[in-house]
Amino acid sequence: MTPAVRFKGVSRHYGSVRAVDEVDLSIAEGEFFAMLGPSGSGKTTCLRLIAGFDQPTAGEIVIFGENAGGVPPYKRHVNTVFQDYALFPHMNVLDNVAYGLMIAGVPKAERHKRAEGALELVALPGFGGRKPSELSGGQRQRVALARALINEPRVLLLDEPLGALDLKLREQMQEELKDLQRKLGITFIFVTHDQGEALSMADRVAVFNEGKIVQIGKPEDVYYRPEVPFVADFVGSSNVLPPHVVEKLAGKWAHASVRPEAVELIDAGLGADGLHATVHSTAFLGTATRVSLDLDGFSMVALLPKGARIPESGEQVHVKWSPEDLHLMDAA
Amino acid sequence: MSEHVLETERSGGLRGISDVLWRNPRLVIFLLLAPPALWLGIVYLGSLFALLAQSFFSIDEFSGLIQYELTLKTYRELFTPANFDIIVRTVVMSACVTIAAAIIAFPIAYFAARYAKGKWKALFYIGVMLPLWSSYLVKVYSWKLILAKEGILNWLFETLHLSWLLNAYLSIPVIGGNSLSVSATGTFLVFLYVWLPFMVLPIQASLERVPASMLEASGDLGASPRQTFRHVLLPLALPGVIAGSIFTFSLTLGDYIIPQIVGTSRRFIGQAVYSYQGTAGNIPLAAAFAVVPIVIMAFYLWVAKRKGAFDAL
Repeated sequence: MTPAVRFKGVSRHYGSVRAVDEVDLSIAEGEFFAMLGPSGSGKTTCLRLIAGFDQPTAGEIVIFGENAGGVPPYKRHVNTVFQDYALFPHMNVLDNVAYGLMIAGVPKAERHKRAEGALELVALPGFGGRKPSELSGGQRQRVALARALINEPRVLLLDEPLGALDLKLREQMQEELKDLQRKLGITFIFVTHDQGEALSMADRVAVFNEGKIVQIGKPEDVYYRPEVPFVADFVGSSNVLPPHVVEKLAGKWAHASVRPEAVELIDAGLGADGLHATVHSTAFLGTATRVSLDLDGFSMVALLPKGARIPESGEQVHVKWSPEDLHLMDAA
Repeated sequence: MSEHVLETERSGGLRGISDVLWRNPRLVIFLLLAPPALWLGIVYLGSLFALLAQSFFSIDEFSGLIQYELTLKTYRELFTPANFDIIVRTVVMSACVTIAAAIIAFPIAYFAARYAKGKWKALFYIGVMLPLWSSYLVKVYSWKLILAKEGILNWLFETLHLSWLLNAYLSIPVIGGNSLSVSATGTFLVFLYVWLPFMVLPIQASLERVPASMLEASGDLGASPRQTFRHVLLPLALPGVIAGSIFTFSLTLGDYIIPQIVGTSRRFIGQAVYSYQGTAGNIPLAAAFAVVPIVIMAFYLWVAKRKGAFDAL
């Protein structure tokens, strides 16, 4: 099957800055694909390259088997949900949603009918008469979604669409987006810096760092089996252990990581197995308590479940985890 | 360290005034607004009202004295062929200047708002504002020299062996003349030059408020650059264009110096006001003439509002 989007050695340099650096990538049709990375890692630039707002300095982007080089955005069957929604302030919601149809020359009555249908799809029926400025952030987000879907794109690009929403709404929208993608069956490419969002929604995740994809795979793989320390640290803030600690535990490996929730703390008085550490501080997170530890000048985090004894700051403890929770990595 | 958390002992003097003002935000607003409100209300609106009142009086043709009785006689005089001609000429000139200014200013403003950064932006502001720093009269006289028969423009046409083109243009009635400096086209060019900054700056300000993502969204949804301009950029920049056109239109409507220095002997509203209130001593007619631009501008704004020009504000 032809992939929906393919990158072949794609680079985008701005002067000496390598925003995207020789990225190879293949996204299947109907896939929910997440591009995850810190700001400035090149994920948004990749999305803009697919949309056609920017052209690669080197390499080739192929969309459904066709080379997209030199094709302007308005000739691509790809639509975008913008981070700031980019709704047109001088049009009401219905005209915003119907914009793509208006441009395509669809008669007024029909495009308004279809726009009303798109608004129903995003659970905003009857909002057509309002101006974008009269909507809440979540509602604007839905309008932007309906507007991007009206042209029935084969690939929908979403640039941090949930970034401006509060936590509760964000979780709700995550589920709705996932449902919508299943219902429509089109390819979603989703850019985010929120690892939780990427892991919970995507079929596959590409982790970006400094213009390159450092790991690409299923959410479980990226979470449990990071290939490089950056992924271990960025995706769910694992403890990356330095080589000298790893050598003591498992022999010659470059790095190893342990998830904070796998770390157990044992009172210094009870038994002496495990590593020796000092509690630096504790923070109550609601579902768990985060304990920052000092391990011979190297810091580590443990996530203690409800009911566990919470040590005091400055207390001496032993740190332990089961061997299968120690994930070993080659040098990167 | 102070014993008090609230530093009450440090009040007194100017600090006391600050405290009073801090506790009375309404007083602050009143103090800030009173002087400009008085200025605007009494000096500006007052004189405007006095002007309006004058236009409803008339002049006694024999004695030349003003008759202080309310009448529409003076307004009727505006519609005599000679006077109406002045009004039409001025309005047509103002409209031409405004349209030309908008067409020239838009690309400049677009470049400044979208692409110019740092040094280029500074260059843009200096380039647009610099003409405003020098005297208006000096600029107009310089243009007279540029446009004169012995001027640089004529020389340029001669050097390029295009004099026939210029002469053919100048032989066109109404817009032509003996040379550019005594033609309506000359007046138009000078108006355009002098008022252009007033069109560029508001358009630039309005374009600056249009995020790049909005233009990208339009393209993303299938609109060609031309369609994006028509459906997104222009409607969003329209308040700026209207603001700029208010400046260029009303400034041209009221100017009496440029047409006197560059152009034909046919008069504009400003010149009519100037001569009627001065040598002719016909204050009511001068006032009636001065009301014309106000009525035209009010009508223009009303139409612009009805057409939705300010919807994006």
